[in-house]
Amino acid sequence: MSKKFLIPIGPYHPLQEEPELFKLYCDGEIVRDIKWETGYNHRGIEKLSESKTYDQVFFLVERICGICSTSHPFAFANAVEEIAAVEITDRTKYIRSIIGELERIHSHLLWVGLAGHFLGYNTVFMWAWKYREPILDLFEMITGNRNSYAMFKVGGVRRDIENRMIEPVTKILDDFKKKNDLLTGAVMDDPVIHARTKGVGVLSRQDIIDYAAVGPTARASGVAIDVRRDDPYAAYPLVNWKVITAEEGDVFAKAEVRLLEMYESISIIEQCLQGLRKEKEGDIQVKVNEIPEGIGTGRAEAPRGEVFHCVFSDGSNSPLRHKIRAPSYSNIATFKKSCIGQTISDATISLAAVDPCYCCTERLAAVYDSGSGRKLYNARELIGLSADRTSELRNKNDLK
Amino acid sequence: MGFKSYCFKKSLWVFHFGGASCNNCDIEILDCLTPRYDLERFGILLVGSIRHADVLLVNGSINRKDKDRLLELYQQAPKPILVVAIGACGCTGGIFAEGNTFAGPVDKIIPVDAYIPGCPPKPEAIIAGIVKLVKSLP
Amino acid sequence: MEADLILKKLKEKFAAVIIETEKRSEKRCTATIDPKAIVKVAEYLYKDEGLRFIIASGLHTRRGFEIHYHFSFDTSGLILNIHVILNNENPSIESLSNLFNASNWIEREIHEILGINFINHPNLEKLISEGNWAEGVYPYRKEFK
Repeated sequence: MSKKFLIPIGPYHPLQEEPELFKLYCDGEIVRDIKWETGYNHRGIEKLSESKTYDQVFFLVERICGICSTSHPFAFANAVEEIAAVEITDRTKYIRSIIGELERIHSHLLWVGLAGHFLGYNTVFMWAWKYREPILDLFEMITGNRNSYAMFKVGGVRRDIENRMIEPVTKILDDFKKKNDLLTGAVMDDPVIHARTKGVGVLSRQDIIDYAAVGPTARASGVAIDVRRDDPYAAYPLVNWKVITAEEGDVFAKAEVRLLEMYESISIIEQCLQGLRKEKEGDIQVKVNEIPEGIGTGRAEAPRGEVFHCVFSDGSNSPLRHKIRAPSYSNIATFKKSCIGQTISDATISLAAVDPCYCCTERLAAVYDSGSGRKLYNARELIGLSADRTSELRNKNDLK
Repeated sequence: MGFKSYCFKKSLWVFHFGGASCNNCDIEILDCLTPRYDLERFGILLVGSIRHADVLLVNGSINRKDKDRLLELYQQAPKPILVVAIGACGCTGGIFAEGNTFAGPVDKIIPVDAYIPGCPPKPEAIIAGIVKLVKSLP
Repeated sequence: MEADLILKKLKEKFAAVIIETEKRSEKRCTATIDPKAIVKVAEYLYKDEGLRFIIASGLHTRRGFEIHYHFSFDTSGLILNIHVILNNENPSIESLSNLFNASNWIEREIHEILGINFINHPNLEKLISEGNWAEGVYPYRKEFK
């Protein structure tokens, strides 16, 4: 007779940077049951959203999750524009898609790195995160911030990607492509990664349908759903790309789908940049007078899968109810299928394979010296410092 | 050399507490340890247990469920410990301060030695903040 | 499948329980149904028509507690909302979690934030409220005058 014992993972541990608690009920080394405890990250965003105006909600939904900080505003914009029946300009569509795809690249690189870390293979972690930096630089050049870009608004975007920026952006992307080839080759051919991920954490087609999993998790099990193709929005119907799928459903297939998706993203960005040249500069906004009463459902394909926003409007200037469904909400529940029956060492990578984002699932400060009460930096100086850094980056790429 | 600066004169080991945050500060903290910023060359290391740590980094707004755990972690920490609140949410509660589960910014719960504002603060800002803190020790 | 077609099929099959239908565009439509028929309608949509359950949104309005079950038909990008209205006293509805696992968490969440009881739910325990707000407090309920 063997004894069952409980191994807790979390809530605060360096394996993953967010708080969550997994309880693994084990029999020897085999995981027999798994429970997930949550609430560590609950911030009441849906409730907060009811007290903010439509313009303010963008800044709120951006902070649902720092990694998908474009996907949530994207879906929210789609939802509100559906209620208001607004048709955005082509230049806006291209800009939105560029930001969305850059985010996909940075998020997938982040996952590849963390997956390496989970396997105890820190070389991959350091490598992937090093190659992620040029993408963050691109973000800073285009939007002025590394994360939380504040680019979206109802009926348009806040900043234009001017035509003179197209060339330096293309150059950085070209450099990145070579590095990405190296990384992809190294990960896909590595015998250690093969041994640790092939046949581990398998999700069958039926599991995906039962749990309604989305994104790369679903596509790695042969369920080809991608909102960008199925319910087209922004510039995705205007460019050529394909949906990447794999059949095996194990951790390796998920890694493969993500790595190959990055190539599609680069290709989409390049086509969008070409598209920008055809459109008039500065044409990034249509006027939206009022948001009428109604229901709007907006979707966007985040790096982790479909983000779904449902906005109920009563004709006032803030939502009556705002429902948010992040992809991890569907994907995390599949743990029950992928981890039970495996060893503890394989459970960690199976848990990580869906790229879980607990922030998604749950949903200007003045600086004073506390001793003397003396102001160390005021807001203007802080903004100035930040602006200096952005212009430094731009100057480096010959953009005055 | 005062007692505190004596305690922290060697490599700092860091424990990271992510409260109800949006993940941005978390990834920027990790970013400090990866090749471009590479804090590990100074021996700054992320550790798995608060009992090994010299510095407690707290980011994100703290909700009611987190509050008890944060207090418990602070009590478990070997003293003296430096507490750094990172990001707008850690310093003031930020955009989530009006939320229905918000339990107060970090400094209402445990004593804080340094604040690094920003949403999220850049890795350079985090590093500069830690350097300032270590320099200011008595 | 377009909005017209799915609404027509629903009307043919469930004529007795459909209260109202609304087509907002070719890809967005809503059908308001009798809450008692929710499992039958969901089973038909999921098993026969192959729709994917996205999520459910619960809200509190003057009409009572409303739940919108959002279903997606992925090959055409259609979103179908199945809308039910529950009365203010003892709101309860049959759970869909015995049909598919996808609704397990959201029903627990709606139970916590609005206090709607899901009958026959396999595991209606707390999801997010533990430690955050007390039992019997429903933060998304509203006061109407």
